[in-house]
Amino acid sequence: MNLTLKVWRQNNAQAKGQFETHQVVASEHMSFLEMLDVLNETLISEKKSPVVFAHDCREGICGTCNLVINGRAHGPQKGTTVCQLHMRAFKDGDTIVVEPWRAAAFPVIKDLMVDRSSLDKIIQAGGYISVNTGQAQDANDIPIGKDVASQAFDAATCIGCGACVAACPNGSAMLFTSAKVAHLGLLPQGEVEAEARVQSMVNQMDEEGFGMCSNTGACEAECPKEISISNIAMLNRQYMASVLGSKTGV
Amino acid sequence: MSWLTKFLTSSIGRKLIMSLTGLFLILFLVVHLAGNLQLLINDQGSSFNGYAYMMTHNPLIKVIAFGNYFFIILHAIQGIMIALANRKAKGSKYAVSTNATASWSSKNMAILGTLILAFICIHMGDFWYKMKFTDQLAMVSVDGMDMQVKDLYSQVKNTFSTWWLVLIYLVGLATLAFHLWHGFQSSFQSLGINHKKYTPFIQSVGKIFSIVIPLGFAIIPIIYFADAMEWINYFS
Repeated sequence: MNLTLKVWRQNNAQAKGQFETHQVVASEHMSFLEMLDVLNETLISEKKSPVVFAHDCREGICGTCNLVINGRAHGPQKGTTVCQLHMRAFKDGDTIVVEPWRAAAFPVIKDLMVDRSSLDKIIQAGGYISVNTGQAQDANDIPIGKDVASQAFDAATCIGCGACVAACPNGSAMLFTSAKVAHLGLLPQGEVEAEARVQSMVNQMDEEGFGMCSNTGACEAECPKEISISNIAMLNRQYMASVLGSKTGV
Repeated sequence: MSWLTKFLTSSIGRKLIMSLTGLFLILFLVVHLAGNLQLLINDQGSSFNGYAYMMTHNPLIKVIAFGNYFFIILHAIQGIMIALANRKAKGSKYAVSTNATASWSSKNMAILGTLILAFICIHMGDFWYKMKFTDQLAMVSVDGMDMQVKDLYSQVKNTFSTWWLVLIYLVGLATLAFHLWHGFQSSFQSLGINHKKYTPFIQSVGKIFSIVIPLGFAIIPIIYFADAMEWINYFS
């Protein structure tokens, strides 16, 4: 299939970027990233600088690949990352616009690759359990209700790719932060520090320059792991409860 | 920074203020509509003028009115500040934009809100200012009161006989409908009220509310204009 690609090129965070148009011949069995590999091989053979894009596992679990394709974070397919998006989702002759995640908290490193360490800093602020909880427990060693376990697991599927921030018209990281707060706070090992955690993670999120949630639901629609915005409501509840009525003096 | 300042200036605290003031204004709309519907009683404005006198003289209403002005201003200023901060947090825009993932209303709350604020200024200039700060309105007697009161009813009648003022009101109310379409259910989400048991109910009520309330307000200028144009004979 013959495609016209409009790819965002930008030298660094300070530079002004622009689109560059390329023609690519791809097979419909290729993943989107493999199609970009084809483009880069052509560019290299022509002694031009290849398009920089982030990628790692290429099986949808690491959260490294992050592209906005035709205005949609991770492309038009629901519930998948870019690496799981195949060229069969497009038609021969299509023009595809590829942009990096856009948010002030995600400065562009080069071309399509952005710096997402602001998400790491939210995790460093409280997205962990301070005590060593030892080896993985034997099944049913700590009884946890099925509903709670499922809810925690659904939140824990967050791969931290930042699509929520990219899709949000406000560049808000509420879905990411809420998923982490939910997955740690719902289970007994993480519950102990839940009150302090929610405050420090929200404070860090604000400090990193992410926007405020206006409940548009764009994050939920674009999340490759389909994490629900009911987690954001839970974050709101827990934050207010922690500030207004904490048992632990935070 | 004290814990309270920190709480109210955090992203969640600022949205909490938007949510609570928004819910107060939603309640105000219900009361305002209930009062206005008296304009449709065919009694030469007697009951409406009596009601307008009560609303401008009852001490309890006066206190609530000041609360209402304050919440409108707070909601507006806070909303504009949030929109500006969010624009900064987004940085740059995508070349290709899509409405596939979020409703148009939800992405344009600040523009809708600014238009509503402009409408409120026009609306208060038409009625509230003339009622409270001028002697332009004639004095009339109403049933059940032994004194004369300002004739706000005739001011309504005059205003709604001008086509472009009626148009401004209808556009203002349509803007309100779009603002409520997202705002009603969003205020509950910001409060952390989201559960599969009742969220579908809140969303349905919000959508019905956002259509019914502006429509209820819109009926009044429509009927008055149609009557003034003699298309219908409502006040016979």
